[in-house]
Amino acid sequence: MLLSDARVQQKYEVKQIQGEELVRIMEMGLTPGSVCEVIRRAPMGYPIEIKIRGYLLSLRKKETDAVEVSPI
Amino acid sequence: MSNQTINVQKELLRQPSTIALVGNPNTGKSTIFNALTGLRQKIANYPGITVERKMGTTIINGVLHKIIDLPGAYSLNHKKADERITYETLIGSYDHEEKPDLLLMVVDASNLERNLFLASQVMDLQIPMLMVLTMSDIADERGIRIQSQQLSKVWGVPVISINARSKQCDVQIKQALVEQGVATPKPFQWNPSKPLRQAVERLDKEWLSEHTQLPERARPIEALRLLAEGSLEDSFYQYSEEGKAKKLIEELQNTLEAQGENPTAAEVVQRYRFIGDSSEGSVTKEQRDEQTWTDRLDNVLTHRVAGPVIFVLVLLVMFQSIFSWATPFMDMIDMLFIEFGAFVGSSLPAGLLNSLLVDGIIAGLGGVVIFLPQIIFLFLFIYFLEGTGYMARAAFVMDGFMTKVGLHGRSVVPLMSGFACAIPGIMATRTIENWRDRLITIMILPFMACSARLPVYAVMIAAFVPDKRVIGFLTLQGLVFFGLYLFGIVMAVGSAAVMKRIFPTGKPTPFLMELPPYKWPNVSSVVIQSLERGKIFVTEAGKIIVAISIILWVLASFPTYEPTASDLADMDANGQTSEQMISTLQLNQSYAGTFGQWIEPAIEPLGFDWKIGIGLLTSFAAREVMVGTLNTIYSIEETEEQLGLIERLRSETDPETGLPKYTLATALSLMIFFAIAMQCMSTLAIVKRETNSWKWPLVMFGYMTVLAYFSAWITYEWANTFLLG
Repeated sequence: MLLSDARVQQKYEVKQIQGEELVRIMEMGLTPGSVCEVIRRAPMGYPIEIKIRGYLLSLRKKETDAVEVSPI
Repeated sequence: MSNQTINVQKELLRQPSTIALVGNPNTGKSTIFNALTGLRQKIANYPGITVERKMGTTIINGVLHKIIDLPGAYSLNHKKADERITYETLIGSYDHEEKPDLLLMVVDASNLERNLFLASQVMDLQIPMLMVLTMSDIADERGIRIQSQQLSKVWGVPVISINARSKQCDVQIKQALVEQGVATPKPFQWNPSKPLRQAVERLDKEWLSEHTQLPERARPIEALRLLAEGSLEDSFYQYSEEGKAKKLIEELQNTLEAQGENPTAAEVVQRYRFIGDSSEGSVTKEQRDEQTWTDRLDNVLTHRVAGPVIFVLVLLVMFQSIFSWATPFMDMIDMLFIEFGAFVGSSLPAGLLNSLLVDGIIAGLGGVVIFLPQIIFLFLFIYFLEGTGYMARAAFVMDGFMTKVGLHGRSVVPLMSGFACAIPGIMATRTIENWRDRLITIMILPFMACSARLPVYAVMIAAFVPDKRVIGFLTLQGLVFFGLYLFGIVMAVGSAAVMKRIFPTGKPTPFLMELPPYKWPNVSSVVIQSLERGKIFVTEAGKIIVAISIILWVLASFPTYEPTASDLADMDANGQTSEQMISTLQLNQSYAGTFGQWIEPAIEPLGFDWKIGIGLLTSFAAREVMVGTLNTIYSIEETEEQLGLIERLRSETDPETGLPKYTLATALSLMIFFAIAMQCMSTLAIVKRETNSWKWPLVMFGYMTVLAYFSAWITYEWANTFLLG
């Protein structure tokens, strides 16, 4: 599933990153195998705030669409 | 994990050297820079781009060193303009920055893994460094303990832990530099896989070493970048034999893939793997389930409903305070310059030189200094809120709304500041990372009705809009006033939507915004940065503003007017004091007056005559000058300025028809014109500074003037037909 469809307060394992911006997304710590937690969504649904490697990161739809995750 | 002996160097600091601060954004890097340099800073744009170069000096053990605050970066691979500067400077190939002799590698202890990712890249470049751990109090709160000594052994560089918010953080760093020294890290400590290492070596040997001037230490990291990128398309250099390089890179990528490595991801994955493995010995994490301060605050401040409400309240408090704090200072500055001008005017013999000094130079300088209170107060708020971590939350909360109209979550604060004055607002757009979003925000910002438009609106509304009640306590005058504000916002949103379509997208930069932990900012750093913004405005935009002031003075003062005997007799007969009348006649027959006559046919469709034409030219100095110019044109006594002018405008008749010359239609047309025309040289000057080119201020002036012209025309026609017809 995509990070865009992830549920708030649920933890996910990052499976794969796709698209043009994959290097940048991975550089921020979302490497395959890492664990992220969806913290909340902004008022209009996006951006989505996640916790990854102990810090808080927000991503817009375009970026969350590039991240494939599976729930743990 | 290999424990290495550290090869400490202490002699480097005995002679003057260049020290660069490197690190992720939000690590306290700027705070350290401000603590080390104080107000001994020089901030200017790097040539040709809009990234700021921050340079300063500091004294360590009696030796003066240069400090460069390199733009915050998450990675050396990435190609955003600011990160590129950091990268090019570190590999020693950027023409506009000095090669650093040693580095302060700033690492956020509460966010160690992602910070060490950049650190591990920088270490590959083998520049002597001291690793500075910041935010250890936040790490403590989260139960993270870092063994500095262990970390130092893993990476082979000295490590110190400081509190960037304490007053002594500069002392701590200087002491560490003297006592612990720096060390040159070894390259490839992150244990790249054999295939990746071989690919790097081949690219280095077969192409980079022969065909580039890169120093040896910089070649592996450039090789990694090229391998991940897979092309030379976005390279900064004109390499020779690019064809050969392309073929080689492709071949190496295929080899990597055959060996089971993803060439695009390999470097990142392997660095993070090493960082994760190596931290086992140096970092201990206590499992804590309780919520941190950041979690608790975020539950409220980024709440779906409460978040936007609180943000609007923060903005309200912020602008109300700026308004009430800045106004007395602005009045004081205004008075000082008027007094000073009067003093100079009366102590020098009357004449051209006197007028140039008083009306040209002193008035121009006053026009620069008057902006300082608003700029400094706005930036005190912005840097304070940025330092607490709240600004990122505000952007997070607002981003969804703002992307709907083609802007960015971070556009809100600059746009709202535009209601006070466009200049601090435009300076505040620097917090918007993406260049295109930033440019669009700058280009629409002057539509926000700034306070300089108020005097013009006030005179026009009082003179021509009937003071009648519409509904309840709402009067027609009040509604027109409100309508003008709304009109500005609508124009801004509409223009943003159009610009989003026509401005080149370039390479899209992903939106990956960090939400740093909440903390109490270092107050002296906030103050230093705000004062620096004021300094930048005065030194960079100020020059242009004073120059244009002098040009405007020339236009209004030449050719000089000498009253003839009959003129003086006329004045006596009309019962007007000759001094007023002389200044009226001087203005009317000056170049500005000629300009007004010349432009009259063009502005006639808007309902303007040549007198307003003169005002359009002179109010380029500042919008409120319009009122002063009309006073001069109509020889209004200073004591009865506003009322006198209102009466005079109402009673002005057309000599041919005998009907009132200015009507409600003229007034509405003029106000609409002022609502959108780019009638402010100071705004153009700051746009030039912030975009680092004359192109954008010229585009801004052009499109806003055209829009203003047609809107005023339509308004005039509409009002004549439907309101007066």
